[in-house]
Amino acid sequence: MIRFESVQKRYPGGTVAVEDFSCTIPSHTATVLVGSSGSGKTTLLRMINRMVDPSAGRVLIDDQDVATTDKVALRRSIGYVMQASGLLPHRTVQDNVATVPMLTGTPKREARAAALDLLETVGLDRGLATRYPSQLSGGQQQRVGVARALASDPNILLMDEPFGAVDPIVRGELQTELLRLQSELGKTIVFVTHDIDEAFLIGDQVVILRPGGEVAQAGTAEEILAAPADDFVERFIGADRGRRALRLEERDGTRIVVDGTGRAAGVLQAAEGDPAVPDGPAKDRA
Amino acid sequence: MSWVLGNLDVIGGHAGAHLLQALPAIVLAFVLALPVAKLAGRLGVLRGGISTAAALMYAIPSLPLFIVLPIVLGTSIRSMVNVIVALTLYGLALMVPAAIDAFRSVDGDVLRAATAQGYGPVARFWAVELPLAGPVLLAGLRVVVVSTVSLVTVGGVLGVPSLGMLFVDGFQRGITAEILAGIVLTAAIALALDGLLVLAGRALMPWASAGKAPAEPSPAGAPDPAAAAAGGAA
Repeated sequence: MIRFESVQKRYPGGTVAVEDFSCTIPSHTATVLVGSSGSGKTTLLRMINRMVDPSAGRVLIDDQDVATTDKVALRRSIGYVMQASGLLPHRTVQDNVATVPMLTGTPKREARAAALDLLETVGLDRGLATRYPSQLSGGQQQRVGVARALASDPNILLMDEPFGAVDPIVRGELQTELLRLQSELGKTIVFVTHDIDEAFLIGDQVVILRPGGEVAQAGTAEEILAAPADDFVERFIGADRGRRALRLEERDGTRIVVDGTGRAAGVLQAAEGDPAVPDGPAKDRA
Repeated sequence: MSWVLGNLDVIGGHAGAHLLQALPAIVLAFVLALPVAKLAGRLGVLRGGISTAAALMYAIPSLPLFIVLPIVLGTSIRSMVNVIVALTLYGLALMVPAAIDAFRSVDGDVLRAATAQGYGPVARFWAVELPLAGPVLLAGLRVVVVSTVSLVTVGGVLGVPSLGMLFVDGFQRGITAEILAGIVLTAAIALALDGLLVLAGRALMPWASAGKAPAEPSPAGAPDPAAAAAGGAA
C-alpha cells in the first residue's frame, strides 16, 4: 500500500507543483493519476521512488516513510516505465532488461537468461534480444521498457505516460497487454496519463487531478461516470459535451449509438443470448 | 630518395620521438578535458565562458609558448616535457569544448531513466553518461590527434627531436628529400592514429553504427512479430 500524506512540492522560485495531496493506493491494484499538464501527476509519481522529494508531507510504502530509505536501493525495488521508454541506447535489448538484476549483483548469465523469458512475457520475440533499442519500433521499445521494469520482480510498478508516444493502434495493443499482465501478476501499479479513456481502461481506481495536484474526484470508472463530482470532472471526462450520455437512434435502418452531440459512437449489438436487441428490425425495413 | 634510404635510422628515431611527445599529450588532453567539461556542465551559465576560454587558448602562438614554458616549468628548453605540456594545453583547447558538447548530447530522459532504475551517481557516469557521450568525444579526439601530431613539429625549430627536425635540417642543408620525408611521415602518423581511433570507436561503440528501426509494422499487413508472439504466449 502506498500512502500520500499531505504532500506538497514547492520549487525554489515559488512554483508550486503540488499544493496538498493525500491519497491511499491499495496494493495489487492499478491506480491511475489523470490530469492535464500542470496537474503535478508526474511529480507525485516521482515522489514514490524519490526522484522528487516532497517539500512537506510524507509518502509511505507499507507504512514506511520513503524518506528514511536508501534512494538507490528503493529505486531498484520499484519498476519504472516512462514515455520515451528511456532504454539505454548503448545496451542490447537483453542487457536493458537485465539492468536492475545486474545492478543488484545477479550473475550476468542468470540475469540474461531471465531477461529472455521476460521478453516473452511482454509479448516480444526472443530474436530481438541482441538488437539495440534504436533498431526496434516504438511499440516494441515500450514493451522492452515494461520487461525491464518487471525484471527485479518488484511489488510496485510506476508508469509515467508509458504509451503516450506510440500511435493509437499500437497503444491499444499495449494497453490490452498491460491488462493481461496485471491480471496474471497483480502488481501495485501507479499509472500517470492525461488520457481519460486510458485512465478508465487501466485503472481499478482513477484519481482525477486539478492543477496543483488537487484531487477533483477519486473512484472507480463507474462511480466517476455515474456521478461526476463537479463541473471540472464533467468537463474532464467529456460529460459536459454529451460524450458520456449515449442513446440509440436509427439511421438508414441501422441502430446506432450516438452521444449527446449526435455523433455516432458505435453500433448496438445484442448481448450474448439476448435476442431483444437484434438488428432484425432494421433489416425488415431495408 | 637516396637520402631517405641512407638515413632510415635517423628518420626512425625522429618518428619515435614524435610519437613519444604526441601520445602522452593526446592522452592527457583527453583525460583532463573530461572533468573540466563535467564541471563546466554543472556551472550552467559559465559553460559558455569556459568553452570560449578554452578555444582562445588555441590562439596562443606556439613558438613563443614553447619558449615561455621552460621558464615557467623550470625545465631545459630542449626538454620533451615542455613540448608535451604545450601540446596538452592545445589539446585541451580543442577537447574541452568538444567534451562539453559531448555531455550535452546525452539525452536527459535516458539519464533520468537510469537514475530511476537505481544507478547511483558514480555508476551512472561510468556506465551510462560516458559511453553515451562517446561518439561526440571520439569526433573531438580525432581532431586533437591530427592537430597534436602536426604541432609536435614546431619543437623541431628549437632542437627538440621530432619529425619537424627533418624540415629544419632539410631547409638548412637544401635536401628536398629530407623535407618531404618529414612532411609525408607526419601526415602518415596522423592518418594512422586517426584510423586506429575510428576502428576503436567501432569496436567499443557498436550501438552507434547500428541500423535504425524498420517502419512501425502495419497492423493490417504482415503481422507484428511482437503481437504474434503475444498471442502465442497468451
